[in-house]
Amino acid sequence: MNEFIQHVINGLSLGCIYALVAIGYTLVFGVLSLINFAHGEMVMMGAYFGMYFAKHFKLAEEPGISGLLLTLVATMIVTGCIGWCVEKFAYRPLKNAPRINLLITAVGVSLLFQFSGQLIFGSAPQFFPQLVEFNLDTWKIGELQFNPLQITVLGIALVLTVVLQTLVFKTRTGRGMRAVSFNRDLASLLGIPATRVISLTFVVGAALAGAAGVLVGLVYPKIDPLMGSLLGLKSFVAAVVGGIGNLSGAVLGALLLGLSEEFVVGYLAPTYRDAIAFAFLIIILLWRPSGLLGVNRIEKV
Amino acid sequence: MKKSKSTPHLSVIHRFWFIPAIAAVAGIGYGLEAGLNAYAMSLLANTGISILLAISLNWVIGITGQFSLGHAGLMAVGAYTSALLSLRLAPALSLTGLTGFAESAVFSVNLLIAGLVAAFFGFLLGLPSLRLKGDYLAIVTLGFGEVIRVLFLNIDAFGGARGLPGIPNSTHFFDVFSWVLIAVLIFSRILNSPEGRALKAVREDPIAAQALGIELFQFKLKAFVLGAFFAGVAGGLYAHFLQYINPQGFDFNRSFEIMIMVVLGGMGSLTGSVVAATLLTILKEALRPLQEITHIDFRMILYSLALIILMLLRPQGLFGSKELSLTFLKRLGGKR
Repeated sequence: MNEFIQHVINGLSLGCIYALVAIGYTLVFGVLSLINFAHGEMVMMGAYFGMYFAKHFKLAEEPGISGLLLTLVATMIVTGCIGWCVEKFAYRPLKNAPRINLLITAVGVSLLFQFSGQLIFGSAPQFFPQLVEFNLDTWKIGELQFNPLQITVLGIALVLTVVLQTLVFKTRTGRGMRAVSFNRDLASLLGIPATRVISLTFVVGAALAGAAGVLVGLVYPKIDPLMGSLLGLKSFVAAVVGGIGNLSGAVLGALLLGLSEEFVVGYLAPTYRDAIAFAFLIIILLWRPSGLLGVNRIEKV
Repeated sequence: MKKSKSTPHLSVIHRFWFIPAIAAVAGIGYGLEAGLNAYAMSLLANTGISILLAISLNWVIGITGQFSLGHAGLMAVGAYTSALLSLRLAPALSLTGLTGFAESAVFSVNLLIAGLVAAFFGFLLGLPSLRLKGDYLAIVTLGFGEVIRVLFLNIDAFGGARGLPGIPNSTHFFDVFSWVLIAVLIFSRILNSPEGRALKAVREDPIAAQALGIELFQFKLKAFVLGAFFAGVAGGLYAHFLQYINPQGFDFNRSFEIMIMVVLGGMGSLTGSVVAATLLTILKEALRPLQEITHIDFRMILYSLALIILMLLRPQGLFGSKELSLTFLKRLGGKR
């Protein structure tokens, strides 16, 4: 039983990281109908920037929650800027091009980040500094041993998700985003600056991905320039499973994915870990092509 | 159709041009095998395999308009089937150590089986296209390829992560290019037939095509199966060329690589794919010394930059959906 609860906690914390990335996918898909393949690379950039930032300011020497938050905020600002640049230079010129061209560009941007990452950061894995330190004995309830790192990750991810929900559902900007994702042309006609909203959506998505990068670095300290691609794909799977374009769907899908992955690793073979996400995806999409919480749209002539 | 019909003896050449072409490839192949050095031969074989992969993916992406990213998985199925046939079945039937024509014949049967097995997986891969399209189909096919790779990684009979070493070196220039020729022949013949026009209709406007009585799903499946067959053959050729395969060689980066060839050449242009596959394979080899010095894959940086710039400046690729043919060249000449 204890082992089971342990797996649930591990799965939830993994799922929370997926959720942060999946939200970015679902936001961008909502406003642009584009699978932003380069989104996973934002996680990678976030992890690397976080690492360099923490090393430069020697935050690992006095571990603490303030150092972690500082790194998180700085990383989110930087990846947000990168997201803005990507949208501005790669996607915006293709605004009126067929969707398939956008998809191919996204693949191109993703590969560019991966391999120029190898050029800049070196292809060997590096180690993310230990930003927080906990006394493990205090984190016990009976036999149950909580990993404080995972609780921290869970907490931060939760806060970010709530902030995002508020942004999308309670603010004027969020209303703009929802309007653009409903119908871009109509939204423009009603005076919503669609281009700016799309740009902002990219910034928000990339910032969340950057935060996810720092959290990944905390939990799995070995980071390399190719880490983003599989993580990104799996998060996208989570978003699709939940119903793409739907925020709570993305979170639900991500948690389900995190849990199922953890259970496969815990009770079956760990090497099947990467296949489970895609098997999950194929089954769900064949059963409900619009995802668990998605709305089925009928195509008209 | 402005020009007058060609003379009868020309039309005979037009119809049966592939007989002298195959003979020429065979002759050149055996001649080159003796004359060229190993490096040039390997470059040529590599090019041929790339061409086969690119045109078979173009058949699915470019001609039929189904965006599939699972091509590496199909190639893996072909490669493993063919390698296992050579490693396990051939010794049992005492078909090892053959040379010359006998080797080519046995190898062709082997590749045929590999292609058929891959075609069956192509059928499975095509099934989701009933309900999904565009980005969703892309991600499902990508997932399908990954699932296949992970299965190969986990099943010990397939060598697991160690892969399958010691595959006999049966891929010769002749084998590669006769398969390329067969593929080009079949694809171009279908392309200019009612079936081919139906496939293009599926790409251009599925709803209109359906209204005209074209069974969308059936045609999509056919395209997937035929594309998968040649991807499987290419996989078999690849396995017997490298003599070693492992699951890592068939990850989604390979699917992307093949996709880049298709996009660069122009989606929907078979000759475009041939040209792009040739160019990129040569570029890859040309960049190899640089990579050995720096230990960084510059090729992929260049590929990805090329892909982005291409989409910004010339989204239709080098050839668009046009084919490079004798009449096309003549028209170019006429313009001047």
